[in-house]
Amino acid sequence: MSHPIDTRGNLGWFLTGMRGIISLPAFILMTSYIGFSAFALESGLTRGEAVAMTLGIWALPAQMILVGSMLGNAHIAASFLAVTLSSIRMMPMVASIMPEMRTKKTPLPILLFVSHFIAITSWVFASRHLRDVPRNHRVAFFAGFGMTLTLTNTLIVGVSYGVVSQFPPVIAGALFMLTPVYFISSIWASAVQPVVKIAFVIGIVAGPTLALVVPGFDVLVAGIGGGTVAYLIDRRRRRKVLPKSEVA
Amino acid sequence: MADGWWTYAVIIIAGFLATDIWRWMGVLIGHRLNEDSEALYWVRAVATALVMAVTAKLIVFPTGTLANSPLWLRLAAAGIGFAVFLGTGKRVAVGVLVPIAILIAGLLFLQP
Repeated sequence: MSHPIDTRGNLGWFLTGMRGIISLPAFILMTSYIGFSAFALESGLTRGEAVAMTLGIWALPAQMILVGSMLGNAHIAASFLAVTLSSIRMMPMVASIMPEMRTKKTPLPILLFVSHFIAITSWVFASRHLRDVPRNHRVAFFAGFGMTLTLTNTLIVGVSYGVVSQFPPVIAGALFMLTPVYFISSIWASAVQPVVKIAFVIGIVAGPTLALVVPGFDVLVAGIGGGTVAYLIDRRRRRKVLPKSEVA
Repeated sequence: MADGWWTYAVIIIAGFLATDIWRWMGVLIGHRLNEDSEALYWVRAVATALVMAVTAKLIVFPTGTLANSPLWLRLAAAGIGFAVFLGTGKRVAVGVLVPIAILIAGLLFLQP
C-alpha cells in the first residue's frame, strides 16, 4: 500500500478508502443490515424510520436496543439510557484510533464529523489499515471507507425493507455467526501490541461470564475492568522486558 | 408504537445523540493522547476488551435462529476455527470460513 513515490492526494486516498467497501467485512456487515431491515419491518417501523436509524445511529447493537425499547413503548428517557449505555464503548474505540488518524493540524470539527462513521467494523478496518497510509491522508482514507460503508448500508436498509423478510434458518444462523468470527480473527490478526492480545483474551472470557453476574452492565465492566487488568499485566511485562530490549 | 414526527424525535434524541455524544467524547479524549503515551495503552486495552466482550456474547447468547442451536456447537465452531486460523498463518478468510463451515455442518446434522 505504501509506495516510495506516492502522488495520491486526499481525493486519491478517499477513493482508496472507498474501495474497502468491496471486502469481506463490508459484505458481512451488509448481511447484518439486511437482517436489521427485516427486524425493523417486523417491529412496525416504517421504511423511513429504519433508514433514519441506520444513518443517524450507525451502531447495530444500539439500533436493535432502540427498536426493542420503542416496541415496549418505553419513555424516551428510558430509551436514551438503554441506548447510551450500549454506546459508551464508542468512547474508547474512537479515542484509541484518534492519535493514529489525526495530524497536529487536523481541524477538530472534521474529526468530530468523521467519528460518526466509527463503529466496530470501521474500527477494525482503521486498526488494520491506517498504519499503511501516509499520516496526512489518513482522515481522507478513513472518511472514504467509513462514509461509503454507512451510506451503502443505509441504502441497503431502504431497498431490502419489505423485500427480504426472512432467511432460511441455517443461512440466518450462519450469517449471524459471521460477525463474531470475523471480529475474532481480524482483531487478532491486526493486533500488533501484546496489550491488545491480552485484552482480547480477557474480554472474550469476561463478556459472557459477567453477563451472568452483572447483566446489563457486563460489557461495561468487562471493558473497563478487563481492559485495566490487561493494561496492568502488560505494563508489568513491559517493565521486565524493557531493560533487555534497550540493550538489543 | 408511536408514529409520525415523535418517532423521528426519539430516533434523534434517544438514538443519534445517545450514541454520538460518546463518539464526540472519544474524539476529545483521543485528541489529547499521544501515539506512544501510557494512557493510550490503557484506552486500547479497554476498547479491545469491550469489543471482545460484545463479540463473545454474540456467540454465547445469540439472538434469532441461532438461539435454538446448542452452545457446544457454537463454541466448538468458534474455538476450532480460531485454532485453525492460528495454525495456518493467521489468514482472516480462514478464521471466518472454517467456523462457518463447522457451524453449517453441525446445524444440518442436528436438524430433525
